[in-house]
Amino acid sequence: MRPLHFLSAPLLLAALGLPLSAAAQSGGPTAPPSEPMTFETEEQEVRYQRLIRELRCTVCQNQNLIESNAPLANDLRRQIALMVNDGAETNEIIDYMVARYGDFVLFRPPMKGTTYLLWFGPGAMLVIGLGVLGTILWRRRTQVGSAPLSEDEEERLRRILGEGGGDKA
Amino acid sequence: MKLRFLIPLLAFFALVGLLFVGLSLDPRELPSPLVGKEAPDFDLPELHNPEVRFARDDMLGKPALFNVWASWCVTCRHEHPMLTELRRNGVPVYGLNYKDTRSDALRFLARYGDPYSAIGFDESGLVGIDYGVYATPETFLIDRNGMIRFKHIGMITPEIIETRILPLYRQLEAET
Repeated sequence: MRPLHFLSAPLLLAALGLPLSAAAQSGGPTAPPSEPMTFETEEQEVRYQRLIRELRCTVCQNQNLIESNAPLANDLRRQIALMVNDGAETNEIIDYMVARYGDFVLFRPPMKGTTYLLWFGPGAMLVIGLGVLGTILWRRRTQVGSAPLSEDEEERLRRILGEGGGDKA
Repeated sequence: MKLRFLIPLLAFFALVGLLFVGLSLDPRELPSPLVGKEAPDFDLPELHNPEVRFARDDMLGKPALFNVWASWCVTCRHEHPMLTELRRNGVPVYGLNYKDTRSDALRFLARYGDPYSAIGFDESGLVGIDYGVYATPETFLIDRNGMIRFKHIGMITPEIIETRILPLYRQLEAET
């Protein structure tokens, strides 16, 4: 990635008024400076940063844990940092959160019976929409194609074509 | 042919119905994964006396209400008379004092009364996390074996006491 791209992507998003979390992969916010979290390895730091972006704050429901300033988000960040430092696997931490707050904390909900509609609904709607559009277009095409010209129209067509030919000659 | 013109109308009403249901749901009312599970274990200092411990197992043996509250929580103040009312109806009420200071909490109880049989002092909020607390007040109804049978987020109202808590409490009381 060239430096120019690295700078321009977050700037562009910010200029468009998009939430910075969209730019999380290319920089974005880090944990608030008021609560420095230290990790033994860089891998742990990376896992912590990824987790607090993927888990939702249940108090401010449209923010993830890193964006939220709610005291609970603060506590949960600290708890996750502790678990990461204790060597907990990423899915162990996610299970810990889901056991307490439910699937709601996941910004990527799991695929199961109650979420099939959520996962496949948009695709199904697209297929249905395309089907309806296709049917309408198909019908219109056959209707237009099958309508023959009446004798008057044939006559007018011949005259117009004839006149056109005459001008050119 | 007439039926075909009804299709957009029906689709419209289906959409209205969907939106009506969707918009009347409260997004803050999260289904708790804890209902039907065992109440998470804890062992905390008691609010009134730090020398005394208050553990989850102290609530067992009889169905009980477990109420998460804090002195900084305005809704808890409004809810407080409801807990007194439940206590008067014979429901044991236990408390979890969540992310509070001891002096503020004791002043709150001195002013508004103390319906609690015992209160755990959860200064760090870690027990609160174990109970999935995110918006005080939250109230759990725990059966005699320590299973969470009902959870209410937000203020308990007289209506909720009448329609949900008391009937379920009587039912749990009758269970062996």
